Amino acid sequence: MSATTTQPGPGRSEAEDEAARIARQRHNEGIRAERRFGLMLCAPAVIVMAAVTAYPIAYAVYLSFMRADLRNPSDREFVGLDNYITILSSPYWWNAFFVTSFITVVGAALQLVLGMALAIVMHRTIVGRGLVRTSALVPYAIVTVVAAFSWRFAWSQGIGWLAGPDSAPLTERWPSLFIILLSEVWKTIPFMALLLMAGLALVPEDLLKAASMDGANAWQRFIKVTVPLMKPAILVALLFRVMDSFRIFDNIFVLTSGANDTSSVSVLAYNNLIRGLNLGIGSAMAVLIFLTIAIVAFVFIKGFGTAAPGADGGR
Amino acid sequence: MAATNTLETPRRKLYWGAVNAVVLIYAFVPVIWIVSLSLKSDGELNNGRYMTTSPTFEAYQQIFSNDDFTRALINSIGICLISTFLALLIGTSAAYAIARLQFPGKKAIVGASLLVAMFPQIALVTPLFSITVAIGIFDTWLGLIIPYITFALPLAIYTLSAFFREIPWELEKAAKMDGATPYQAFRKVIAPLAMPGVFTTAILVFINCWNDFLFALSLTTSTDARTVPAALSYFQGATTFEKPTQAIAAAAVIITIPIVIFVLFFQRRIVAGLTSGAVKG
Repeated sequence: MSATTTQPGPGRSEAEDEAARIARQRHNEGIRAERRFGLMLCAPAVIVMAAVTAYPIAYAVYLSFMRADLRNPSDREFVGLDNYITILSSPYWWNAFFVTSFITVVGAALQLVLGMALAIVMHRTIVGRGLVRTSALVPYAIVTVVAAFSWRFAWSQGIGWLAGPDSAPLTERWPSLFIILLSEVWKTIPFMALLLMAGLALVPEDLLKAASMDGANAWQRFIKVTVPLMKPAILVALLFRVMDSFRIFDNIFVLTSGANDTSSVSVLAYNNLIRGLNLGIGSAMAVLIFLTIAIVAFVFIKGFGTAAPGADGGR
Repeated sequence: MAATNTLETPRRKLYWGAVNAVVLIYAFVPVIWIVSLSLKSDGELNNGRYMTTSPTFEAYQQIFSNDDFTRALINSIGICLISTFLALLIGTSAAYAIARLQFPGKKAIVGASLLVAMFPQIALVTPLFSITVAIGIFDTWLGLIIPYITFALPLAIYTLSAFFREIPWELEKAAKMDGATPYQAFRKVIAPLAMPGVFTTAILVFINCWNDFLFALSLTTSTDARTVPAALSYFQGATTFEKPTQAIAAAAVIITIPIVIFVLFFQRRIVAGLTSGAVKG
């Protein structure tokens, strides 16, 4: 485009000018082709996600501002922030919020430490590597509901091998919470380990050898070489676990059904949505859960510099 | 250091053997318990022992003579395989574009997929119910496959683009210099390198689908599309089954088997992919 305005200079031949113009044109065409190709590749994913979630999300937000009770469908009207005020002044909500946060934070810490240990074992073991790698994935492969049943039966009075003759831990608050935590952590360590092991595989062996020759012991090599190189993998895995843990539902539902103040925010929302049929309150809780998760994700990405794919562009 | 290692090889093997044993105990103790429970007879049920002493397959006969359960098993396998395949197909191309290409709206796409990943699914249940009823796919395979793909996509895109960033992209540039189009560079050079990541993601996505309880329960009403986790919840009613404890345990064992086979199958490829030096060539 600028070629038309450029006069052939005294020192440049017509041919050189023409070559520069063609090169520029090719470059622009390249950028255009890349843009088209990029959009083309993303289009199916965007269309599917938008079609299946945009309307439901909008509908959930809309419902959260309404009085909407399925037991009384004619009485549907706009109530502004009333649902939110009701929830935020309820001790049940704050108790559920505490339970969920406790499970999320303590659970994520345990999952990271134990997941890293498992990843290292899977990556480094010199005997039976295939056996370890495959069997370590078993807890993750098992349906959450099934794992929860296994733990529930294990602590069921009379039936369970972990239950004492006259103890019923699943009828008390803190024992229940620790069993829920155990069930959650047991099940999700392999998820952590799998993502972390993929990160471990990308740590160059030469670098570790060089550090070893410089006199670094195993722990120093791990902290100074492996962990910094694995930071993206660690943060992505943590981000996913935290986002998922905060919605904890299946485990609590099977283990305690939320009895004895062990409800998570999702169990509370379920009880309002499906059991209570109070769509307004249930949707408002869903939106609050979403906002909490969004804030956590924002802190991860901005605060810790978690690599959000595409956030910092291609290399 | 290296010399000591060589000298201590048997001891190191023993050490790793012990570590492996800890991993195996961690992974299998609750699993063996539920297998043992599924084999217990009524008389044994209340002895509180970890292992059964007189195993019986009654509970298995019971669930397999029940058409609802076998049908649910077929539904689970079919729906999850189709969902995984389609989510991987769609997710891989999107992740490649996000990791590698410059184009407008990239940040918006990433933000939108994070939004999908974060939203509490419980809140989407009611509207998804009315949508699937309205377009006539309620209680069909398609009615579950579409939401499963949708909720698998953020995980697929996120995990895959993290993998794709670690690939030596100079090779792609080299291919382009040799005259390959962006598509050819993707197909011939990068796709084979990305396979370990793709298979890892496939496992994660499939297990996610297999795990789903909430959608399977709320978007189905009959055995036409109901998957096993949802069918399992009906065991608690104890109307169809006389011994819900062993029946639940038996069903739990049965739905674990396809996953274990799947993981075994893909595990070999992942190990091969990661250890053959394909990633760091």
